[in-house]
Amino acid sequence: MCLAIPGRIVEMSTEQPALAKVDVAGVKRNVNISLLQDEGIGTGDWVLIHVGFAMSKIGEAEARDQLRMLSALGEDEMAMEEVRGYSFAEERPR
Amino acid sequence: MKYVDEFRDPKLIANVSHEIARVADPNRHYRIMEVCGGHTHAIYRHGLKNLLPHNVELIHGPGCPVCVLPMGRIDDGLAIAQQPNVVMTAFGDMMRVPGTLGTPLELKARGADIRMVYSPLDALRIAQSAPDKHVFFFAIGFETTAPSTALTLARAKALGIRNFSVFCNHVTIVPAIRAILDSPDMRLDAFVGPGHVSTVTGCRPYEFIARDYRKPVVISGFEPLDILESILMILHQLRRDDARVENQYRRIVPWDGNLPALRAIGDAFELRPYFEWRGLGFISQSALRVSQAYATWDSEVQFEVPGVRVTDPKAAQCGEVLKGVLKPPQCKLFGKECNPEHPIGALMVSSEGACAAYYRYAHLNEPVTV
Amino acid sequence: MQTAERELPRVRFADAAIEMAHGAGGKASRRLVEGLFVPLLANPILATLSDSAISNFNGSRLATTADGYVVKPLRFPGGSIGELAVNGTVNDLAVAGARPLGLMAAFILEAGLAGDTLRAEVEAMAAAAARAGVAIIGGDTKVVEHGFADGMYLATFGFGEVDARASLSPESIRAGDRVLLSGPIGDHGITILLARGELDLEADLRSDTRPLTPFVEALLETAGDGLRWMRDPTRGGVATALNELIRGAPVGITLFEEAIPLRDEVRGACEILGLDPLHIANEGQLLAVVSPEFADAALDGMRALPGGVGAVCIGEVRERPAGAVLAVTSYGGSRIIDMLVGDPLPRIC
Repeated sequence: MCLAIPGRIVEMSTEQPALAKVDVAGVKRNVNISLLQDEGIGTGDWVLIHVGFAMSKIGEAEARDQLRMLSALGEDEMAMEEVRGYSFAEERPR
Repeated sequence: MKYVDEFRDPKLIANVSHEIARVADPNRHYRIMEVCGGHTHAIYRHGLKNLLPHNVELIHGPGCPVCVLPMGRIDDGLAIAQQPNVVMTAFGDMMRVPGTLGTPLELKARGADIRMVYSPLDALRIAQSAPDKHVFFFAIGFETTAPSTALTLARAKALGIRNFSVFCNHVTIVPAIRAILDSPDMRLDAFVGPGHVSTVTGCRPYEFIARDYRKPVVISGFEPLDILESILMILHQLRRDDARVENQYRRIVPWDGNLPALRAIGDAFELRPYFEWRGLGFISQSALRVSQAYATWDSEVQFEVPGVRVTDPKAAQCGEVLKGVLKPPQCKLFGKECNPEHPIGALMVSSEGACAAYYRYAHLNEPVTV
Repeated sequence: MQTAERELPRVRFADAAIEMAHGAGGKASRRLVEGLFVPLLANPILATLSDSAISNFNGSRLATTADGYVVKPLRFPGGSIGELAVNGTVNDLAVAGARPLGLMAAFILEAGLAGDTLRAEVEAMAAAAARAGVAIIGGDTKVVEHGFADGMYLATFGFGEVDARASLSPESIRAGDRVLLSGPIGDHGITILLARGELDLEADLRSDTRPLTPFVEALLETAGDGLRWMRDPTRGGVATALNELIRGAPVGITLFEEAIPLRDEVRGACEILGLDPLHIANEGQLLAVVSPEFADAALDGMRALPGGVGAVCIGEVRERPAGAVLAVTSYGGSRIIDMLVGDPLPRIC
């Protein structure tokens, strides 16, 4: 249920619209992308793959945000609390 | 590897680890359950317990779809596999899980045609290439994997492939969490929520945990930084006496889930009125079966299965370990009658089962310096 | 000889039937060998459980080894069954510190095997033997019915003379000793897995099969009697080889995760399939335990060889945890590295 790995789309299939070739550290596999067709993905996008299906498109901005915040941890605790309040978009800051 | 290595950065891990130690209240003992078996595996693989203060305890939850499958269901699947001209396909995780008469690998050694696949689509391809055989897929997994089986069924139907069926053992995570919350011996403070299940379900299904039970839930990724950050977020909530659902795994989990995936599940499956979970008993509306529209591709319609309930030996305490009430070594059979080579319960077979994971640390009872 | 230092639990073989796990090189294999073969065939040399048996013969030490090769598919990127058989047998002798003097090969052939296929394998064996500097001096042939032997099975026998400089003994391992590895792991096992075609994964990978004699020569030359133990980590991988070394010992082995050399593609395949590279078979890598004063020279010696540039120290022997193999990360995480029960299986959970 849980083993899913990030990979980069290197080729979209011309014959089968639901298929793309994904590269994980040089290992390539054909992956079914029907679950993401609403999102408009293409070559160069990073997706999470699980049992031969792409489950999610990876958000580069969210990843960078997270890493930036974690590297600032401990530097200024008060500033971090404030930033954290704004970052988790689905909840309103206190 | 991009999106993996950055989340294993030692400096960032140290940052979060120190912050956890700073924020954790020394007068409090925290019991946090990680629901998903993949998280259990990641915690052991990356040795994350070493990075937490002693008063932050991680309890392993029931999110291991192999572990919660009753032996009777395995027997049912293997009964189908032993029919003439039948090929059984399954994920590698299933191959060493014991049924009453043996594991799939053992049955294969005795002549059954049992093949491991990486994707249910590969099982369908085998069916296409072997029209004189019936190929069935022993489907397991939570909501992460159910859409893949669903899409495979849709494809089988669209292509008119008749020598293929699915033996469906997909289960859903929320009823299991609810069973744990309702259990009288439950003493948990918060939950690390399932990261990959949530790519399908989104984060809303867990809101009842915060709203009705006042426990924080943080949906977490699987890299060391993800799990540690999620624990930090939980500690912050507990410190504020807050209880809400937060999404730590924002680069991957959409708050509203994946609509095409949910539609596919709704099309190919329906909820069983109840299903037996090994160690947790019967839980209503907690598992999927193939829907009427796909009856032709339902192994339970195409084949007779014994449907015999096999109970675990009374001495096996899988249920209490699954609920986090007991730690594996506290089960009377742990390490003696029940060990990875001769597992009594599936918690010892599956690499993400709490007992198997714990067994590998059995003789390490002191902290390790790097 | 087993000394009193090692308290090994007695193993029983009571399995009703043989299964694949018994051949995988892990715990089930160990149970078969130590619980059935050793007690029934009882003799002091067998009891040492080395890959090569060492006998004293007319004042020198004679190393002998026997191996079986069953590989599907017969040909794969980087090699074939014939090449594996020659290199594998040479390597079993080499890790005992022995220069190979001769090999023999028994062919078990499936009726219907194409003549060209057999010719290709024998040519591969001739080439591998020439490269390893050894001759195949005899053998046997049997043919079994169509449907058996997966095309062909090979059983080999090899003998050699143990070098005077070699004083290998696992019991001599002490805290502070270094664990050295000749190059990246997992290439062979993952290549075979991908070559079977069932997983639909493509990668630019080849088996690492090669004779290890030059590496052994370099270690004997630079480390002398500081060379405690060597092994070629085949089925069961580095994890199994090190667990077998350290089992029952008063010391343990600590590996440094980030130091373990791994090609990107092997890593990628292992991440996709949920496999641990430490459990994957290698056919051309050397593991050695060397005392600390010789470790740097030993590494330099290996790195100077063609194909040796990847040689690296992956860990060390420590007092604790005794009898176990531990892997630690630079951020302080640690995990026990265990032997597998049977073959590593891909997982989705």
